Amino acid sequence: MIKSLSTEDTLENSGLSAEEQQLFCNARPKAYEPYPIKAVEDFANWARANSLWILAFGTGCGAIELRPLMTARFDANRFGVAGRPTPRQSSVFVIGGYASVKTLKRIIRSYEQMQGPKFVICLGICPVNGGMYFDSYNTINQFDLYLPVDLYITGCMPRPEVLVAGIMELQKKIKQGRCDGANRYVENFDWYKANQKKVIKNWDMPDYNW
Amino acid sequence: MNELTNRLKVDFDASEITERKPGLTTLKVAKDKAETLIRELRDREGFTHLNFMTCIDYIEDGIFTLVYMLHNYEQKQTLGIHVDIGRDGEEMVSIHHLWAQAWTYQRELREAYGIRFPGSPRLDEDFVLEGWDQIPPMRREFDTQKFSEERFGHREGRQSEVPRDHMKVTLYPNRGGDEQ
Amino acid sequence: MIAEWTGKIANFALTLLIVTAYGLFMTAFIERIIAKVQGRIGIPYWQPVINILKNFFKRTAVSHGYMFYLGPVFRIAGGIGTLAFIPVIYGSETFSNFSMAGDLFLVIYFMFFGQLGMALGAGESGHPYSAIGIARGLSQMTAYEVPFALAVISIVIQYDTLSITEIVAAQQGGWQNWTVFTNWVATLAAMLAFLGMTGYSPFDIFLAPQEIPIGPPTEFHSAYLSFMSLNRALFGATKLVLFMNLFFGGATGLIELMIKTWLIYMVAIVVGVAFPRFRVDQAIRFFFKIPTLIGIMSIVYAQMMLTS
Repeated sequence: MIKSLSTEDTLENSGLSAEEQQLFCNARPKAYEPYPIKAVEDFANWARANSLWILAFGTGCGAIELRPLMTARFDANRFGVAGRPTPRQSSVFVIGGYASVKTLKRIIRSYEQMQGPKFVICLGICPVNGGMYFDSYNTINQFDLYLPVDLYITGCMPRPEVLVAGIMELQKKIKQGRCDGANRYVENFDWYKANQKKVIKNWDMPDYNW
Repeated sequence: MNELTNRLKVDFDASEITERKPGLTTLKVAKDKAETLIRELRDREGFTHLNFMTCIDYIEDGIFTLVYMLHNYEQKQTLGIHVDIGRDGEEMVSIHHLWAQAWTYQRELREAYGIRFPGSPRLDEDFVLEGWDQIPPMRREFDTQKFSEERFGHREGRQSEVPRDHMKVTLYPNRGGDEQ
Repeated sequence: MIAEWTGKIANFALTLLIVTAYGLFMTAFIERIIAKVQGRIGIPYWQPVINILKNFFKRTAVSHGYMFYLGPVFRIAGGIGTLAFIPVIYGSETFSNFSMAGDLFLVIYFMFFGQLGMALGAGESGHPYSAIGIARGLSQMTAYEVPFALAVISIVIQYDTLSITEIVAAQQGGWQNWTVFTNWVATLAAMLAFLGMTGYSPFDIFLAPQEIPIGPPTEFHSAYLSFMSLNRALFGATKLVLFMNLFFGGATGLIELMIKTWLIYMVAIVVGVAFPRFRVDQAIRFFFKIPTLIGIMSIVYAQMMLTS
């Protein structure tokens, strides 16, 4: 079931000191294939779609749109959405608007710690093309260069209704089995890493921290 | 307030005393007298709160203007103190011993403009720009758009409008000329 | 002999299934009630099951060592062990489980066992929030165990037995024989301890879901987490059954069991919805003051009034 797609076996972890290199794993991430029986995979996808736990990590101004989701007015609990404060247990990462380079570093670390299958929703126009920060010196312009994105919700800022609609759209995609961002990340791992390292100049973390 | 500014004029050679709006006055002092003036304002005149501290880049005149915004809670007066320093690597006296929070501002100013404040704690640590390898980005000779396109890329199909021109066409077509 | 034991184990498996399903359903039901109080619709009834399935279907799973695996296993062993020695329905051969003469002591030990196993597992994960959550959870547990243990001692004095079946048997024959009416002091102490046990507000600081990183299970994910949420449902229902047996006259049928346990649970929910959260030091102080005092009083009461 597990297959290694890369020819190389280990990562360099060159950003770490010799001492720290012993603390972190240097294995490459692995892509996971769907369950061999289609009915099982469909059932699993149905379960995944109806239990979306969002990582409680406000990465930009859009984080303010996540809070009302749990309130009486929008009540995202109806769709099985819940907030989860730890990346280990969450399956959806909502990029709330612009991502500065400093935040991007934390986003990458949190994303890699999430357990697959994991989904990324980009909220707002900034992760698409920079939005109003298109000429900013510390805000990235295209989020999909750094992490695989499953769903975009554009606008500045999209209201929580749109976010709810986006979550329902994501559920549809998951049920159809089209949300495999985590595998895309693994397959194009070197390309993503090169892009990430191009903007994050002080790379002092392991290359892949699970 | 007039009384105070007049005294500051005599004692500290404060110039360009302007009342911007009720409750907000700015004045300019020389670099070597700034710290004494701020200390005096804090200890004797009741300006106990440092609202913020920032910097303006006058690239045409070759100066940075540091702005210390102080507030007096009793009189509800805000006083802005402008201090001119040279743009090219000139240092400024740190005021972190007057307000402990000042070192954060100074750390940010060091990062964004390259102004050094000797003695200020943790001055050389990264603040928001981790691993910055260019000239300080808030200096006006730094071309942010060029840098952004080079480093972060440009999504094909994105187009920008100048807000003023765009609004004139789409929102106020009958307004006519530019209300400037 | 073998046939008898096989039958017993099969019966226990059935009980386990029913109690777990009931616990899961009740979790969702209570969530919906809380949601209604807050003016929301709330989760679907099958949401806890979906959550468990989803976690089980997660593809990747990280381990932090053997003890990390054993944490959830101990936890669920604690839950199953507690249930194994509680007679769920009085007078029913199928639902009497492995009830025996001294099972009350065993049950109280098993209730502690799961928590300790969890503490070991979460400690192994090496996450600081886990350690903080464990410290908070164990100290709060130590605090609420005191009034609970005192109340249990009181009813042991009252009925002069350590067998849950006999305690339930003594309460048969009408509502006036229930412990809650014959020994209301002990019931009061135990119900105050019950508020701490369920982990709802005001005593949910050790979990504090969604506000601060979530305490002991911070590093647990995938199948580990699904085991733990399964245990949470099972253990919650088991505790309710224990309380029903000890203080509310037990149950002679499934319907009676459901109504009684639901009402007992509602005590914790009503308090939880109405009151804000205690800090852990406040919670400990609370339990060591009035509930402990009531617990001591209940022993005196049982000794003076109920044994003659």
